[in-house]
Amino acid sequence: MQNFAQEMQTAFALILTGDSELLGIVGLSLWVSLLAVLFAALIGMPLGAALAVGRFPGRRALVVLVNALMGLPPVVVGLLVYLMLSRSGPLGVLQLLYTPTAMIIAQVALVTPIIAALTRQVIEMLDAEYAEQMRSLGLSRLATVPVLLWDGRVALLTALLAGFGRAIAEVGAVIIVGGNINHVTRVMTTTIALETSKGNLALALALGTVLIAIAVTVNAMVSLLGQQSEAQDEVRHA
Amino acid sequence: MFETWIKACAVALAIVGAGTALAAEEFIVVQSTTSTQNSGLLDHILPAFEAESGIEVRVVAVGTGQAIKNATNGDGDVLLVHAKAAEEKFVAEGWGVQRFDVMYNDFVLVGPAADQAGIKGGADVVAAMTVIAKAQAPFASRGDDSGTHKAELRHWTSAGVDVAAASGGWYRETGSGMGATLNLAAGMGAYALTDRATWIAFANKGDLEIMVEGDTRLFNQYGVILVNPEKHPGVKAIAGQRFIDWLIGPEGQAAIASYTLDGQQLFFPNAR
Repeated sequence: MQNFAQEMQTAFALILTGDSELLGIVGLSLWVSLLAVLFAALIGMPLGAALAVGRFPGRRALVVLVNALMGLPPVVVGLLVYLMLSRSGPLGVLQLLYTPTAMIIAQVALVTPIIAALTRQVIEMLDAEYAEQMRSLGLSRLATVPVLLWDGRVALLTALLAGFGRAIAEVGAVIIVGGNINHVTRVMTTTIALETSKGNLALALALGTVLIAIAVTVNAMVSLLGQQSEAQDEVRHA
Repeated sequence: MFETWIKACAVALAIVGAGTALAAEEFIVVQSTTSTQNSGLLDHILPAFEAESGIEVRVVAVGTGQAIKNATNGDGDVLLVHAKAAEEKFVAEGWGVQRFDVMYNDFVLVGPAADQAGIKGGADVVAAMTVIAKAQAPFASRGDDSGTHKAELRHWTSAGVDVAAASGGWYRETGSGMGATLNLAAGMGAYALTDRATWIAFANKGDLEIMVEGDTRLFNQYGVILVNPEKHPGVKAIAGQRFIDWLIGPEGQAAIASYTLDGQQLFFPNAR
């Protein structure tokens, strides 16, 4: 093992002194993963809520499918997105391969099932609690979806964080569709993979620690938001 | 609610669009191998070309097999790899326009200091690999259809060793890049074939040392090919050809020769 303490110092010094290379990589990681979570939420939350309150044939099978897709192997998603976006693929004309957009697409595919499945669980519980009340107000099942989503917003933040965790930590898909191109598609995880392959294990580990620190920061900020929202709620209820 | 959702989607798309529009300058995609990137060569030579031409070079560094496959799919403008037979096949099948020699270095056979097979200091790679097979000493193979893997398999064939039969035993196929394979070899005390550039730049050698070097059969030639725009109209032929002309011209060749690490020259230009 190389001098780990020294490499850690180097890595944090790079962050603290605002090293433009590293900041660019961190920034792209956040940009790609936050946008992926945003898109995944726009798709996954309505989908999960519809699965929770909807009553239609095949619903159970869909729920099982969405739950199972939470375990999608990133490399497989990467490969599928590559085949779609390749010049020889059906969407090749869009020229999206090896761009951050391709990485966002791959991460959306990975994160959407997680957000949809967790949303379904949250909304199903709320629905069981409030269903009669809302029905008595004359709301149709689907019309209760926005109300329930709003009511469950604090719990749903956890779903978003789970999705973000998956997105920011993932390497198998983004390295295939992004290509780990310096200054274009190089993110934290692909940098760590690259440094590992150069044998710079300590630097790779130090970068990994930076990645964890970023994840903790994002989670802490969201947790703070959630607390504030809950506090406001209590004030209103009181 | 539905309208809000539509609006949110539109905003998200606009953000992505704005981000993509920022990177609108001219660029080419070069499908290349891990050895040119991990050794630091490309980081050393590309800025000069980019400054002179205004063309950004985006490098996708994968194994030679995957690089050729990606280029065959049209996902790249230029191919810079090291497996001459596969490159000539790529051109013969019409996927590439023409192949040019760029540079060479050599492969070295590395192994643990304990040297179970007792091959250190030899200059005959095939003889050494025959001994490794006889001793059933652990050998870490790329196993990924890369240029280095293809070279290694040629030596096993010359040695008359059937490595497929030993797979999972003393013969370990990592299926990953040169660095990952060297990490594994260092970890389990295995022999491995590596290009010298990656070896010199590699920082986690552990107790691995060079066992065999200097055999003419360890010669490692790199070639560059423009992906055929007739097969893939999206190929940026003019910019790609400009890069190739620079690489095999005096400036590119001088840039390659000037790259040293720990005082050693890693690649030797030999374009004609």
